[in-house]
Amino acid sequence: MIARPLTERIEAAGGPVDLAAYERAGGYHAARTALTTMSPKEIQDVVKHANLRGRGGAGFPTGLKWSFVPVGDAATPGHKYLVCNADEMEPGTFKDRYLMEHDPHLLIEGMLIGAYAIQADRAVIFLRGEYHASARALARAIADAQLRGYIGTNIFGSGFSAAFEVHRSGGRYLCGEETALLNALESRRAQPRTKPPFPPVSGAWGRPTVVNNVETLCNVAAIVRHGADWYRSLGRGEDAGTKLFGVSGRVKRPGLWELPMGTPIREILEEHAGGMRDGYRLKGLLPGGASTDFLVEQHLDLPMEYGTIQQAGSRLGTGTMTVIDDSVCIVDLSRNLQHFFAQESCGFCTPCREGLPWLERLLVDLEAGHGQPGDIELLEHNAKLIGAPGNTFCLHATGAIEPLASALRYFRDEFEAHISARGCPQHATH
Amino acid sequence: MTAAEHRTIAALSPEEVAEIEAQLAQVPTPASATIEALRIVQHHRGWVSDQSVAAIARLLGTSPAAVDSVATFYNLIFREPVGRHVVMVCDSVSCYVMGCEKLTRTLASKLGVKVGQTTDDGRFTLLPIVCLGACDHAPAMMIDEDLILDAEPERLDEILGRYA
Repeated sequence: MIARPLTERIEAAGGPVDLAAYERAGGYHAARTALTTMSPKEIQDVVKHANLRGRGGAGFPTGLKWSFVPVGDAATPGHKYLVCNADEMEPGTFKDRYLMEHDPHLLIEGMLIGAYAIQADRAVIFLRGEYHASARALARAIADAQLRGYIGTNIFGSGFSAAFEVHRSGGRYLCGEETALLNALESRRAQPRTKPPFPPVSGAWGRPTVVNNVETLCNVAAIVRHGADWYRSLGRGEDAGTKLFGVSGRVKRPGLWELPMGTPIREILEEHAGGMRDGYRLKGLLPGGASTDFLVEQHLDLPMEYGTIQQAGSRLGTGTMTVIDDSVCIVDLSRNLQHFFAQESCGFCTPCREGLPWLERLLVDLEAGHGQPGDIELLEHNAKLIGAPGNTFCLHATGAIEPLASALRYFRDEFEAHISARGCPQHATH
Repeated sequence: MTAAEHRTIAALSPEEVAEIEAQLAQVPTPASATIEALRIVQHHRGWVSDQSVAAIARLLGTSPAAVDSVATFYNLIFREPVGRHVVMVCDSVSCYVMGCEKLTRTLASKLGVKVGQTTDDGRFTLLPIVCLGACDHAPAMMIDEDLILDAEPERLDEILGRYA
């Protein structure tokens, strides 16, 4: 049995895995088994029992999502879509690009099985426009798989057909939100849609659609091949499987590693990333992207799993963490984060469109020494109004507020020092 | 088709029209190919002019305003001319921690432009970009289709020298 279903072939090949290497490692066996011996319901069930949860940040159970799609007599005539969300753009995240560039067939086989499980005849990869190397790897892999009859019509003689294509995005962070992604796929502006109806009922062009993250889909073939019990046994705690965990920032060895779900933060930071660079101390970290709340020293022994990180007041997010060291000013870092979220707001809701730039300007003022007593309370008050779920249409503003509210919680003295010192104490000493 | 309408479509090259029509065959409604059409024109011309927007609208059976509302929403569609090479510097959180602001300042000073501008000789356009997914090799930047890792300011002369 294997321990690292996502990366073992890449390690064995010492680089990108082509179709021949993928086949030698047993590639497309799981898809053949699925399409020729299993019903869609059986595949949904094994993925449910495996407890595979979405790796894009939200952690929604994948098998459950698939089960919402009408199949058989319940389905109306027309296309159904399995869309792979390959719009990796959460700041600090660098995992999906690695998988697509190094093992594109793993994604295609996962998508094929997923498409069969919901009886979708269209499999679309929604790819970030900037991911040129991924686009080349995927185009080659799709062409190779097509030639071998692994995708296309009457696959493995099963009677099931699925056409694969890559849609290259025109940009914008909002495309990562699944209904905004569907609008972008239809060449509309990437603004989120009203839910319900949810995409499994009415998605791309009004047809049933499932949107899954790259890493999520890359787990599917191994689950079908080795079973739900095996997959669950890979996790060290309450969550199943492995996860690509990454570390960036001033650590000795920034990088990406496939580790069991539930690996403690400290182990990732110290054993894999080598600890902090000499002369730097850890101040805090964003555990899974720019839209996750800060964690600090007291959280380092927590396992990286959905529930535990949520209980600690943050989110597992994408599982690729950004380490903040003691040379970084939290106020200016917050200004950088709010600049990103303000820029990427789609502009549909007033609190997000007007509120996020307002927060950015206040942080610019604080950093520049124009802060006044009461500004911190003002930040907190407006952060609450802007970030409260329900005050805006989607969760963009909510995500924007997570790192700001937690920065104010853990590093309040730094914000206060900017007001009392009339500027940035850190930058003054540099 | 009136003569004026014909001239508008002729603002697209035969290659562009052929590529856009190939996309039209893939999508349920013509307007669903708007982004692909914009990307095709930009691939051929480097940017998308008002004339191209109008011609795309004509070809897709929609209005120039509808096409432009899409074109201006997406940051990778350029509605102004750009230089021969587009330099995009990541300004997101991990690259911020690793010094992207110094990198951007150095680039701007070497090129003699502000972010958003094109050099006088038309060689480079300098733009910001959000996270390029290379955070373990920050600071990262992209020139045309090349992802550049560990883009320390000291390496800039060598890196820029590759782009004539």
